[in-house]
Amino acid sequence: MNGWSALDRFLRTDPRDVGCAQAMEILHVYAELAAAGAPVDERYPGVGAHLRACGPCAEDFEGLLAAVRGEAG
Amino acid sequence: MTEHIAVAAGLDAESADWPRALACTGPRREEALARLHEMLVRVARGEVARRGPRLRLTGPELDDLAYQAAADALVAIISKLGQFRGESRFTTWTYKFVIFEVSAKIGRHFWRHPDVRLDAEDWERLPDRFGFDPAQEAEWRDLLAALQRAVTEELTARQRRIFVAIVLNNVPLDTLVIELGSSRNAIYKTLFDARRKLRAALAADGYMGDDGLGRS
Repeated sequence: MNGWSALDRFLRTDPRDVGCAQAMEILHVYAELAAAGAPVDERYPGVGAHLRACGPCAEDFEGLLAAVRGEAG
Repeated sequence: MTEHIAVAAGLDAESADWPRALACTGPRREEALARLHEMLVRVARGEVARRGPRLRLTGPELDDLAYQAAADALVAIISKLGQFRGESRFTTWTYKFVIFEVSAKIGRHFWRHPDVRLDAEDWERLPDRFGFDPAQEAEWRDLLAALQRAVTEELTARQRRIFVAIVLNNVPLDTLVIELGSSRNAIYKTLFDARRKLRAALAADGYMGDDGLGRS
């Protein structure tokens, strides 16, 4: 990714983005569905939009997903 | 925008049993607490190991952080047991607490780190932050000058402070939460509004169209 696309991506905001509080509230449901291969982005588009834009919440989601998958594995 | 949580049709037997065991008294509760703590430590250690390579933390510090996160998560889970509504497995719900504790403790670690600078405005860092190639400075110099101007002229003092800390100084958002005594949601919302303003300002200056940044 070059500087132009990185800056463009940073400045893009998605009106569906639910913000950290709501994403964190629902993250256990979202992660469990994602681990099961469900179309979470269709069911929770606002959470998906948030996780694409918020590094810390995306990091938490990845950690939670890894924990759920570890339990299943 | 509000997205409603879909409630699971039926709770599995193990998930139904966990809250009952933790809410009762005597040996059954002690056994459940020990089992939950063990599970939380395992998840916390996995999480710090996953994040470890990107952190300035060594083995014993990581392990200590994992144990602290598990202990604090256990306390939080017990105090919020009545809030488990069965939308996921009980274990998944508890994992969320420990993952959040790991995040918060990493944020606190950086807060105590002497290298973390919040307010220093070194605009020379901006090209590097977004990965602009110094060899092609002629192409992006005006764009970044316009961005800096928009940060100065369009943002509120709080938006500017948060932009400077996160973008210029690379301060982790969770560290900024502690420093400003705020919440992740509030900091994110401030930055979200700042990003929207900056995009509008660059568009007004002719640097950005519907398809994104242009090199006009």
